[in-house]
Amino acid sequence: MKRYSAFAIAREGFRAHKGWDRAWTAPEPRKNYDVIIVGAGGHGLATAYYLGRNFGITNVAILEKGWLGGGNTGRNTTIIRSNYLQDPSAAIYEKARSLYETLSQDLNYNVMFSPRGLIMLAQTHHEVRGYQRTAHANKLQGVDTEWISPTRVKELCPIIELKGPRYPVLGGLYQERGGTARHDAVAWGYARACSAMGMDIIQNCEVTGIRTEAGRVRGVSTTKGEIDCQKLGIVVAGHSGVLAQMAGFRLPIESVALQALVSEPIKPCMDVVVMANTVHGYMSQSDKGEMVIGGGADGFNNYTQRGSFHHIEETVRSLIETFPMVSRLKMLRQWGGIVDMTGDRSPILSKTPVDNIFINCGWGTGGFKAIPGSGWGFAELMATGESALCEAFSLDRFRAGRFIDESVAAGVAH
Amino acid sequence: MQRFTCPFCGLRDEREFSFAGESGKTRPDTAAEVSDADWSAYLFTGTNPRGRTDEIWVHTPCQEYFRMIRDTVTMEVLETVPLRRDPS
Ligand SMILES: Cc1cc2nc3c(=O)[nH]c(=O)nc-3n(C[C@H](O)[C@H](O)[C@H](O)COP(=O)(O)OP(=O)(O)OC[C@H]3O[C@@H](n4cnc5c(N)ncnc54)[C@H](O)[C@@H]3O)c2cc1C
Ligand SMILES: [Zn+2]
Repeated sequence: MKRYSAFAIAREGFRAHKGWDRAWTAPEPRKNYDVIIVGAGGHGLATAYYLGRNFGITNVAILEKGWLGGGNTGRNTTIIRSNYLQDPSAAIYEKARSLYETLSQDLNYNVMFSPRGLIMLAQTHHEVRGYQRTAHANKLQGVDTEWISPTRVKELCPIIELKGPRYPVLGGLYQERGGTARHDAVAWGYARACSAMGMDIIQNCEVTGIRTEAGRVRGVSTTKGEIDCQKLGIVVAGHSGVLAQMAGFRLPIESVALQALVSEPIKPCMDVVVMANTVHGYMSQSDKGEMVIGGGADGFNNYTQRGSFHHIEETVRSLIETFPMVSRLKMLRQWGGIVDMTGDRSPILSKTPVDNIFINCGWGTGGFKAIPGSGWGFAELMATGESALCEAFSLDRFRAGRFIDESVAAGVAH
Repeated sequence: MQRFTCPFCGLRDEREFSFAGESGKTRPDTAAEVSDADWSAYLFTGTNPRGRTDEIWVHTPCQEYFRMIRDTVTMEVLETVPLRRDPS
């Protein structure tokens, strides 16, 4: 892999940019791998990367039915934060956030991490109490957040309307090092680093079956033939249930479409991310100037990557109360992704009923922010069979009743 | 916006309906001993199929529950029938 640098750009500038390598190779699958990861989204790619980097496991294939990063990783609104209430969540999301700080350097790929600051608005007294509690919990967890007054909210985000008729802004939970990153670049950066370690990323290769023998995984059937493996990691977000069925078990997962939309590009007017959970809306401004707006999830299971139109209406209608200027904006595009929702809205990083099959799913509406931490922990789980970061997120918690109650922090899709 | 057919009121706007549960999923008999595994499977684990699905929905204005067979990929509604009748 040729390193990217200012010097490399200058050098290539003198020879019409003809010397760049492909960022990753496009191999045909081999017959056998130590580890197969199904799904080349952010979580699958990050898992493969840390398997190689932290455990020296590089005989790895990542199988992707479409194009890499074409699932939820390329469809999300890129919010990064770690202001969760419960210890296991704070640990994995803060691990991820801190890895994001240096990810561009680690991968030698600019993921455009922008810790511009993030405010979660409190617009009811219930939220005020909830977020103050979270701020206290975050202090104990070593996560840097603070409770701020409405005046400070207005200072940080002048376009906000504090006195909204139904939901006045009563304060906010502020994470100064929260923000955004470029979603595609996160997938591409990990993919390039995986490929450089000799891993095979195989696109347009759908897994259609999972072969097991005596309760142990043997390999997978794909649209590019049979491939054997010692260990299998299933990292397919909304399609987790489909893959679990191939392996003969069921998951506490529901698949629903979640939507987002962007406006026409406008001049810079907002340099923080603002989430308004009570009215179910959140917004940030992209580097291109578009206002990026997160919408709601469908109220029933589906696999359409489209979503119900009335959710867009509801989101925009409620955002106008907190951001009146939105009413003057033209919306450019809307899209959806199939998100994987668990009963307690927390992810699953776990062993499964089949030996050597591991599953990483359930990130639902909020897993982009978790990609580096999830890959870090899940690689450890796959390589060694144990991981402190993943322990609380095992499948068994639904049977044992040890839910991770994040309803206060994650009341809305983000 | 999608429209669903309530077996009692006819074709209505999607917003008037709520999903209520998966057809054929019966609550374990809580008068008897129920294992943790069975109980959590009942509470949290559905079939979540990609394709044809068989569900119970409620139409809010008339408050009637009914059975809806639909496709989760194409969003096509294949059939809606009152709970007392079997789908064809
Ligand atoms: C509209 C929207 C907004 C969001 N906003 C945010 C946000 O602001 N912040 C945040 O943190 N999170 C957000 N999320 C959530 C976040 O996008 C996801 O949690 C995260 O991207 C999941 O990554 P993943 O790698 O698990 O899944 P994906 O990126 O979906 O990757 C899974 C891959 O598996 C592949 N696959 C599926 N089946 C097969 C098969 N049989 N064989 C081979 N490959 C297969 C798919 O093609 C896909 O590429 C949002 C999601 C959506 C939809
Ligand atoms: Zn009706």
